[in-house]
Amino acid sequence: MSDNKLISDGVNVKSHRLSKKEIENNFSDLHAPLSAVEALIESDRCYFCYDAPCTKACPSDIDVPGFIQSIRSDNLTGAAEKILSENIFGGMCARDCPTEELCEQACVRNDNEEKPVEIGLLQRYATDSVLSSGVKLFSRKKETGKSIAVVGAGPAGISCAHRLAVLGHKITVYDAQDKPGGLNEYGIAAYKSTNDFAQQELQYILDIGGITIKTGMKLGNQINLEDLQEQYDAVFLGCGLGTVNQLNLDNENVSGVIDAVEYIENLRQIDSKDELMVGKNIVVVGGGMTAIDIAVQSKLLGAEQVTIAYRRGKNIMAASEYEQLLAKKHDVQIQYNVSPKRLLSENSHVTAMEFDVMQSQSDGGLKASGENITLKADVVFKAIGQKLVTEGLNSLEIIKGRIVVDENRKTSLTKVWAGGDCILDGNNLTVSAVQDGKLAAISINETLTQGV
Amino acid sequence: MADLSSNFLGIKSPNPFWLASAPPTDKAYNVNRAFEAGWGGVSWKTLGEDPHIVNVNGPRYTSMMSNDRRVIGFNNIELITDRPFKVNLKEMRQVKRDWPDRALVASVMFPMNEESWAKHIPIIEDTGVDGFELNFGCPHGMSERGMGAAVGQVPEYIKQATEWCKKYATVPVIVKLTPNITDVLYPAEACLEGGADAVSLINTINSIMRVDYDTLTMFPTTGNMGTHGGYCGEAVKPIALNMVAEIARNEKTKNLPISGIGGVTTWKDAVDFIALGASNVQVCTAAMVYGFKIVEDMKTGLSNFLDEKGMKSVDELIGKAVPSVTDWKFLNLNHVDKAVIDQDKCIKCGRCYIACEDASHQAIEYTNNNDDRVFTVNDDECVGCNLCVSVCPVVDCMSMVAMTSGTDPRTGKKISSEVADWTTHANNPLKVS
Repeated sequence: MSDNKLISDGVNVKSHRLSKKEIENNFSDLHAPLSAVEALIESDRCYFCYDAPCTKACPSDIDVPGFIQSIRSDNLTGAAEKILSENIFGGMCARDCPTEELCEQACVRNDNEEKPVEIGLLQRYATDSVLSSGVKLFSRKKETGKSIAVVGAGPAGISCAHRLAVLGHKITVYDAQDKPGGLNEYGIAAYKSTNDFAQQELQYILDIGGITIKTGMKLGNQINLEDLQEQYDAVFLGCGLGTVNQLNLDNENVSGVIDAVEYIENLRQIDSKDELMVGKNIVVVGGGMTAIDIAVQSKLLGAEQVTIAYRRGKNIMAASEYEQLLAKKHDVQIQYNVSPKRLLSENSHVTAMEFDVMQSQSDGGLKASGENITLKADVVFKAIGQKLVTEGLNSLEIIKGRIVVDENRKTSLTKVWAGGDCILDGNNLTVSAVQDGKLAAISINETLTQGV
Repeated sequence: MADLSSNFLGIKSPNPFWLASAPPTDKAYNVNRAFEAGWGGVSWKTLGEDPHIVNVNGPRYTSMMSNDRRVIGFNNIELITDRPFKVNLKEMRQVKRDWPDRALVASVMFPMNEESWAKHIPIIEDTGVDGFELNFGCPHGMSERGMGAAVGQVPEYIKQATEWCKKYATVPVIVKLTPNITDVLYPAEACLEGGADAVSLINTINSIMRVDYDTLTMFPTTGNMGTHGGYCGEAVKPIALNMVAEIARNEKTKNLPISGIGGVTTWKDAVDFIALGASNVQVCTAAMVYGFKIVEDMKTGLSNFLDEKGMKSVDELIGKAVPSVTDWKFLNLNHVDKAVIDQDKCIKCGRCYIACEDASHQAIEYTNNNDDRVFTVNDDECVGCNLCVSVCPVVDCMSMVAMTSGTDPRTGKKISSEVADWTTHANNPLKVS
């Protein structure tokens, strides 16, 4: 686990900016779950569309009208089965999917009344029901005698492992962290995964049996790809992106300039969030979900001024409009079209950050306008993307720093499949990682059982 | 403002909305509240012989609800009044005295012997009631004792009991019919033969609402057993409308005044009943679910509707739609409708498509180019069945449009302005040549 004191005490950096109670309140569920009454009424709004656009928009192919009809008829087990048979992390996806860009954006209700069916909340209602009752929806087929190694116990790896377990294979999952779960455990904003939900869901999934988890096992250190290929019938890589991009500015090593991902990991693991060191003026560099997450969570921890500094315009920002709105709702400022120029510091602690104001060119490129702005900062969070750790993966075809896979998530190596954030063209969504794992498992199974 | 006042068989009321004989008209307390709320009249909870009947001390009612708990259908096993005859008479006399401008009708149910009618009818009439309503419809409990629906299901009994009532009453006699029969014209004609001044319909329909999914017993039960009740509420309106229209268009009964009952919840329901031949309407379930205030919208809604139609009174609406009701055999087989989708309104849900595809004539086509969903009607296959319109969730998005010229691409037959029905159709073995 990372050190709690990611930021050394500076003039404006301190813990306990808010009381324990205030922080607990701030980090409660982002969206309250639906009550039974609300779920019944909301389920009635679904038109049960043919060839439903919401299902088409779901990266994991969930039969949305199908599960909503089951909620409508009080068949919650049936609803959960429909969801989880396509997406075993249906519970977490109901919490962290950008539904406003996926299923709910596609809902035909938008055309008539600009208010889609609350698909995400309905999915949560159905999946929470079986997770809390513990109803077993899946059982394992007869043992096949095949064994598969999965690297990474995140959504991609566990999705793959679960599907393979159902199909009767034996799986060993290796993970570098102390706890399994990957980004569900270490990355997702705390207010989207309350009450240790990631571990509860994981436990439910692993109850299927046939899956052994080995933590503290890092690819390239304790394990390596060559050995895994030798020892197992197949290997799935769901190792995520192990390192973060750097600003490449002078002074980047001064205190107060830190990786957002690392800080969030710490935030997710710490027992009392009030003990986290929080700046007064915070600048977040980046434009994706991580930037939004760290900005909003900093506000919730009591930071006074939080500004997201993004190099390009509003429409190009990777974070959805909904997420940008969420940030603004939490009083986060978003500064568009500013590119990092230099870090200012005093006594080895960051004090401000200077940016070039950029102008978009007709060819889509960016050009410095010549103007600068300076933002006061006691803490600068770097949220400018993550990188695949390629050590130990040299035998694989890698393009643009990502593993190349085919439509079945098979890599250039005969016995190796991959999915989640580490593959090329991945979209960094939990739901897509789950789909990758599922597709890879289906392909692995087909390969291993061919001619059997 | 259109005139809502009603004169039904000479019984005057300020509006055509009466409360049907049922729990809301059980006693003076309720009826006074109803009149304060603006109801035009009431049919008092059915009187019977003393000793008065008793009710169960468990569930009398159950409802069928939508997911947002709106009552769609309603069921009851309550019997006729469970209070002494004299108590009811005293209250009725007082109520009529206090509300002289409102209609007060006595609903009655007596056994099939003349003495009973001879004994009770004059005493009841002495309270000042405006008329009688003979309850030949109650489908539970009382029917086991040879009354209620047990009478209403036998035309001869209807005629006989009506004659007895008419013999001892001087005020108008309305006969309330049960829908638990095969053809409502038999009881309606029997009413006429017995001298009834009017019929009212429908009473409730035999029903069991559901089972209890835990105990797998019928639901609800009194202790561990239940019995069928009478079904009413919005869900029964179409059944009632058909029976009303059948009586209104039947040669023998077409002049028999009708009081329409069955699921009236809004002014639109009243328009349905009145246009199909009723002179007024009676309401129970809506009042039981929403309280007496519900009449306010019924009154303003009906009045505004009449204004919009340029009608000065309710009377002008009575029976307006009756000429449009006929037998299937007289429907024009030369008429051709085709479904039309208003693409600007279409929200691309595909309900029309899948309904037509799975359950009708595969006349709607679906294309999906890069999530651009388009649904179109294929006139070559469309039989004009209206299923698509019936399932479309968007108001006025789908409609049926009549072909007035050209050729029906489905049959290759030219559109004809001539009317041709089954009676002359070549396939009809009994055709009139």
